[in-house]
Amino acid sequence: MKTLDKKITYLLSAGLLAAAIMVLLYMDHNRTTYNYSLSILQRSAIYAVAAVAMNLLTGFTGLFSLGQAGFMAIGAYTVAILTIPVAQRPSVYYISGIAEPLAQATAPLWAALLLGGLFAALLGFFIGYPVLRLKSDYLAIATLGFSEIIRAFIAAPMLNRVTNGSYGLKSIPGFPSTLMVFLISGLCIFLMVLVIRSSYGRAFQAIREDEIAAESMGIGLFKHKQMAFVISCFFTGISGGMLAVFMRSIDSKTFQIGLTYDILLIVVLGGIGSITGSVLGSFLMTAGREWLRFFDNPLTIAGVQVPLFRTGFRMVIFSLILMAVVLYYRKGLMGTKEFSWNGIYAFLQRLGQKRSKTRPGKEGGNDE
Amino acid sequence: MSETVLKLNRITMQFGGLMAVNDFSMDVNRGEVVAIIGPNGAGKTTAFNVITGVYAPTNGSVDFCGETIISNRPQGKMRKLYAGDADSICDRVVRKTPDRITKLGIARTFQNIRLFKSLTVFENVLIAKHMNIKANLFSAAFMLNRHEEHRMRQETAQLLEILELADVADEVASSLPYGKQRRLEIARAIATGPELLLLDEPAAGMNPQETNDLIHLIHRLKQDFQLTVLMIEHHMNLVMEISDRIYVLDFGRLIASGTPDHIQNDKRVIDAYLGVAEDE
Ligand SMILES: Nc1ncnc2c1ncn2[C@@H]1O[C@H](COP(=O)(O)OP(=O)(O)OP(=O)(O)O)[C@@H](O)[C@H]1O
Ligand SMILES: [Mg+2]
Repeated sequence: MKTLDKKITYLLSAGLLAAAIMVLLYMDHNRTTYNYSLSILQRSAIYAVAAVAMNLLTGFTGLFSLGQAGFMAIGAYTVAILTIPVAQRPSVYYISGIAEPLAQATAPLWAALLLGGLFAALLGFFIGYPVLRLKSDYLAIATLGFSEIIRAFIAAPMLNRVTNGSYGLKSIPGFPSTLMVFLISGLCIFLMVLVIRSSYGRAFQAIREDEIAAESMGIGLFKHKQMAFVISCFFTGISGGMLAVFMRSIDSKTFQIGLTYDILLIVVLGGIGSITGSVLGSFLMTAGREWLRFFDNPLTIAGVQVPLFRTGFRMVIFSLILMAVVLYYRKGLMGTKEFSWNGIYAFLQRLGQKRSKTRPGKEGGNDE
Repeated sequence: MSETVLKLNRITMQFGGLMAVNDFSMDVNRGEVVAIIGPNGAGKTTAFNVITGVYAPTNGSVDFCGETIISNRPQGKMRKLYAGDADSICDRVVRKTPDRITKLGIARTFQNIRLFKSLTVFENVLIAKHMNIKANLFSAAFMLNRHEEHRMRQETAQLLEILELADVADEVASSLPYGKQRRLEIARAIATGPELLLLDEPAAGMNPQETNDLIHLIHRLKQDFQLTVLMIEHHMNLVMEISDRIYVLDFGRLIASGTPDHIQNDKRVIDAYLGVAEDE
């Protein structure tokens, strides 16, 4: 099989990146027209970070966590509490007031995001410490429980002066520029890819493939599982922080188990073990859900109201599509493969060969 | 004189009431090739799992190069169930995990091949180099350890060359034919830089030609890497040709040990095992 020159693939990648940035800039410039699309894209980019973080753990290390919503909540509340302008805090916490040390605590957005990630990572460390020594299945149960506990804590009246209880936090300043979301998301994903492609990432994959063999290769199971889990929590926390900034107001209901399932669906849809699959999955999931809004509006054809077309119907359609995709593409859209120009090139070549084979009279296709 | 590399002291491994290994002692000297033979279910693989820290023995200890790496005594509910000798009970409890034992210099292959199936041949061997990595997560992720990474890759390539796997380096491990998968397991074990290599039925499923190649390969690896070899094997030709000494297990118990000549003429061994093996 012929492959493309390295330089060409770099050029193509750079071209694609430049095109994406141009499109985003254009959309941002004409914001009035594209506001809606832009917000979908932003949300997708934020979910992509959480999805890739989950993939790092599940697809590359073979560990299964269901704590995404909880770790995102940690990041989100950290960022919200630190970035709501001091002047507006009394009006946000108007019911029970704000705890003294927090009233003046502020941090610039980047530091708040980083801190949100670090808090999530720290909590991940403490959960992982007892749990990761046990069989892998326990992690899913422990993190699921943790996620619900976090939500209960956030809504608890005792913490009203920190989290504002069930009233949630408002007036979170948004991103200073639209592109920033994509920049931060891109950076996070890039960092995770670097980890996966390092020697440590290979050790993670060895654990996924066969724990006993990995251990006999001198790879400390607990240490490396803990590492993967903490890294995953860190980026999940950052993703949560970005979600808070994007939504501008959050409360405990934002971080229900449904959020975890969304991330899980993205990972499964994109392909467990494929980074580009997770990114693609985030955009398809988030956008798909919006495109299907059509089904939520009553539809009248020739004076007859079509049944089923009412609020909530799109979720039925959405679930059906998801089911079909997962059934048809057992391993998600990308399987464990990654997007690559060579892959596309090979695909086009195969397509070309098929054409020339089916065309009568033409002698054999070109050689490999 | 010859120096003892591995020493098993009265190892007993009980699974519930089943004595998989029963009061088994043995030693392996530097530079030797030692074989453990015995009928199916005799406890050979279990002995390997004890040496490498996969199972904690019910009782007994293992020394490697003079250091006790494993030592256990019947604990918890095994205190009641323990059916071994009361006078053999160990006083220390030492439990090193399998990764620590590999780092100390014991590498192994598995009877039921355990490759990293969906990774390439090259990656399978490269992973074995990870345990000695100097770079931490950050320097490795940011590729600040270029030299180290380069060295790891170079050593991997060399090893694949020696084991004649270089031509399939980029193939997915599970796509290899059986014989090559076994050889890849050996390559991967050697990549950890062991002093002692444990081979669990390396010739299983190989044809006579491949078995013959394997004999040469083991000889060569032993020379090139100054290895001591302990292996489990059912192919009697291979065992008799390659081993300096042989231990024979039957129902977890040691029934004979000695040179190949000695073992071949031992009546108990012939009754328990060799007679049967030749019928097969
Ligand atoms: N984890 C385990 N739990 C319970 N019983 C076990 C376990 N591992 C091994 N056994 C039992 O211990 C005995 C010895 O098994 P082992 O695998 O060591 O035999 P072996 O000598 O390697 O045999 P073979 O030649 O078939 O590989 C068998 O009866 C086996 O069923
Ligand atoms: Mg066995």
